Amino acid sequence: MEDEMKKMERFDSDSAASLLKELRGTFASGKTKSYEWRVQQLKNMIKMIDDNERAIMEALQQDLAKPRFESFVSEISLTKAACNHALKELKHWMKPEKAKTAITTFPSSAEIVSEPFGIVLIISAWNYPFLLSLDPVVGAIAAGNSVVLKPSEISPATSSLLAKLLEDYLDSSAVRVVEGAVAETTALLEQKWDKILYTGNGKVGRIVMAAAAKHLTPVILELGGKSPVVVDSNVNLKVSARRIAAGKWGCNNGQACIAPDYIITTKAYAPTLIDGLKNILEEFFGKDPLESKDLSRIVNSNHFSRLAKLLDEDKVSGKIVHGGQRDETRLMIAPTILLDVPEDSLIMNEEIFGPLLPIITVDKVEDSFDIIKSRSKPLAAYLFTSSKKLEKEFVENISAGGMLINDTVVHLTNPSLPFGGVGESGIGSYHGKFSFDAFSHKKAVLYRSLYGDAPVRYPPYTPGKLRILRAILDGSIIGAILALIGFGKKKLE
Amino acid sequence: MALAELGLGPLGDSLEELRWTFESGKTRSISWRKAQLQALLNFLRDNEEQILEAIHEDVGKHRVEAFRDEVGVLIKSLTHNLDCLEKWVAPKKTKLPLAFFPATAELLPEPLGLVIIFSSWNFPMSLALEPLIGAISAGNTAVIKPSEISPTCSSFLATVIPRYLDNKAIKVIEGGAAIAAQLLEEKWDKIFFTGSPRVGRIVMSAAAKHLTPVTLELGGKCPVVLDTRFSSSEMEVVVKRIAWGKWGLCNGQSCIGVDYVLVEEKSAFTLIGLLKKAINKFYGKNTKECNDYVRIINEHHFERLHKLIRDPEVANSIVHGGSVDKEKLFIEPTILLNPPLESEIMTEEIFGPFLPIITLKNIQQSAGFIKSRPKPLALYVFTKDETLKKLMISQTSSGSITFNDVAFQFLSDSLPFGGVGQSGMGRYHGKFSFDEFTHEKAVLRRTLLLDLEPRYPPWNDFKLKFIRLLYKYDYFGLLLLLLGLKR
Repeated sequence: MEDEMKKMERFDSDSAASLLKELRGTFASGKTKSYEWRVQQLKNMIKMIDDNERAIMEALQQDLAKPRFESFVSEISLTKAACNHALKELKHWMKPEKAKTAITTFPSSAEIVSEPFGIVLIISAWNYPFLLSLDPVVGAIAAGNSVVLKPSEISPATSSLLAKLLEDYLDSSAVRVVEGAVAETTALLEQKWDKILYTGNGKVGRIVMAAAAKHLTPVILELGGKSPVVVDSNVNLKVSARRIAAGKWGCNNGQACIAPDYIITTKAYAPTLIDGLKNILEEFFGKDPLESKDLSRIVNSNHFSRLAKLLDEDKVSGKIVHGGQRDETRLMIAPTILLDVPEDSLIMNEEIFGPLLPIITVDKVEDSFDIIKSRSKPLAAYLFTSSKKLEKEFVENISAGGMLINDTVVHLTNPSLPFGGVGESGIGSYHGKFSFDAFSHKKAVLYRSLYGDAPVRYPPYTPGKLRILRAILDGSIIGAILALIGFGKKKLE
Repeated sequence: MALAELGLGPLGDSLEELRWTFESGKTRSISWRKAQLQALLNFLRDNEEQILEAIHEDVGKHRVEAFRDEVGVLIKSLTHNLDCLEKWVAPKKTKLPLAFFPATAELLPEPLGLVIIFSSWNFPMSLALEPLIGAISAGNTAVIKPSEISPTCSSFLATVIPRYLDNKAIKVIEGGAAIAAQLLEEKWDKIFFTGSPRVGRIVMSAAAKHLTPVTLELGGKCPVVLDTRFSSSEMEVVVKRIAWGKWGLCNGQSCIGVDYVLVEEKSAFTLIGLLKKAINKFYGKNTKECNDYVRIINEHHFERLHKLIRDPEVANSIVHGGSVDKEKLFIEPTILLNPPLESEIMTEEIFGPFLPIITLKNIQQSAGFIKSRPKPLALYVFTKDETLKKLMISQTSSGSITFNDVAFQFLSDSLPFGGVGQSGMGRYHGKFSFDEFTHEKAVLRRTLLLDLEPRYPPWNDFKLKFIRLLYKYDYFGLLLLLLGLKR
């Protein structure tokens, strides 16, 4: 009996197929396309968040030891802001966009209509398990799709809270949560989705895209990379150090895709910068950071071991200039700064995703560009400088998903900037209207008149017709008229 | 690198050279891009004769058709790009909420890097060069792999393009499936593919290994929905357009050509009569001898098409045409009335001169018919009924929908051209081409002069209240909080 129950609960290929069948039925009914339905879901989501703020923060505390403040600032309020923004703009976003018409299609009128793709799969990550699950869901719903959310099993408290809350507050005939790990995700990926958004790492990103390829499903991949910070010596040290430290250790203790991964600065400035960072760290987390309530822990023992390995590598362990304390039982690692680790060390060849901050030094700050360009394109790149010239060169020469000058991370909170990667850091983008667009098919609509049916387009083909076509395609009205009445250059006979 | 391992030194070297050119920054300058676009324009104008001849040689298209659908369209696109490039390349400032003050934000378009364009045989020039225009405008280096099924055009491009364009940045690589497979092993920054859904899957799977973004311009069965509530003179124009949309666009071998027609039972015979009339008007009584009538591209496709009508139930539904001549790769314009819906002619993209007419009790049923099938690249609806128009837009999904004509959406520079679902992903034409080969980089600039304390640890309740208000953009509340007046 118990085995049977277990079998019933397991989510396999059959479950995935029947889930999709059900959702396709809902989508076909047209329910999710109505403005009213979309608005109701978004309003319900806001209520869901307001009613359950405490439970959400507790789940995040359980999964990540995330400080209440961080949970609020970086997960709860950003999700609410996304809902509010969508509610405010939705009518406008849903309106067809008029498109210009030219002589080539005259007489005609044209527009671009946004329509939902259909059934969308969202696979989210463990580090911002609430935000990264719901932010894309907001976009998918705003665009009129039906949605399946697969939260990360590495943040199980949030995953099961999401499953419960979405069922209670949203329309479960169209929005569902499937919990689970590799087996469940694989079962989901076998199905034909109309769009997939995946947040995570490049290795699994490839698996997702390969699965999507079988069904010609378009994908958005929000991946990661090593987001570099270049620090010039002509900066306000206190502010720069604070912003770097906040971006690194104030965001899930380095476990964020856009957290500063490593710093590049001049040999001359490095000691000053390190001092600045040390001071700020004490301000933020006190003398004993492992005891600070404002520091998130490492998510699980796998990642703890991974990070310990990065620190313990021979050529790296001697380079620690600050921090390095760990507590394996509580999965805590203190903010750690390293100076001049070798370029071929492990820590410089994988996304750190933790509280370790290597500082690489160069002779001139411009030399940092080559270091960054020799690596794959990151999700974010940061520069601290007061030189407009350096700023210009940085922006023009470095490619990254997004860039921030004189700050870190905050660009992600602005709904009018697309958030996404390029190259290894990802495909596609979202946030704000970009979310709506990401989950919409932009259908071209052309209205043609039956009048003015030009004989030139039909066989039998003659040189005269060619002359007229040439003029029309050249955009020349006069030329077309002349050709129509028999004048015009004789190019081809 | 895969190519080098296979001992194909020159191919590997070519790609190295292209990457190096991109790194040098040369292709980012607007003057370089404009020079290339101008050079492409010169290529078309200087070689128009030979190009139209090559297209005729490969596909059998009359030069007027080739000009109309390929050369002329390319000239139009190039002119448009040259006019608009500066505007497209400029960064776009975006709004920022006051909470971000002081800061500025913009979207900066940047090229992706090294792109590859796989083109198809039916529009052998425009399907290779139209995407290239976008790639160049966006500042990339590019490889074109033209279809080997249109060998004259392929070799023309390979020979003559290097005389006009910057060889170190743009290359044409010829070859068949084997070369294509090798090319797909390489890491590209973008792949642009025009072709069948079957190969589209292969391309996307290969791209997945490198996380390469793809644009897939695929096909499908483009239906015509014909509501016959027109006057008789209007009907003549309507049917002429449908006939043109089938046989006048590379003789059915076009991704946006008419595949089949949905019409009410009672109008089927009128439709057939008018279609026959149109065919006669276009091609005369002897289509086989008519120069304006395009042949089937090759034996493989001829066999594929012939097989479709050898199915006895399908053959029985032929009401006009049906004759073939294998030697001349000729298949007559053929009309069928209600072939079985499960037959291959109704489940696969036809890509040839067969026009099935499927009858319905009433035309509103066409939405359901279309919805139950894969999403097509284009949907064509002939009607004067505004309600039906709205119904078709909202009840069906397709790459595009055109009312009262066929194929014209292709000519518009302000409408995106691309599919959805099985008909593809991504889009191009006009600025959409530029965007398709561009990464829009978000750039936020802040100052170090003003700093907001509450964003930093150690966290406390005051800071929480502050941020709560900030996120609501409740500036007045913030002021009160700061003055100690808000609880």
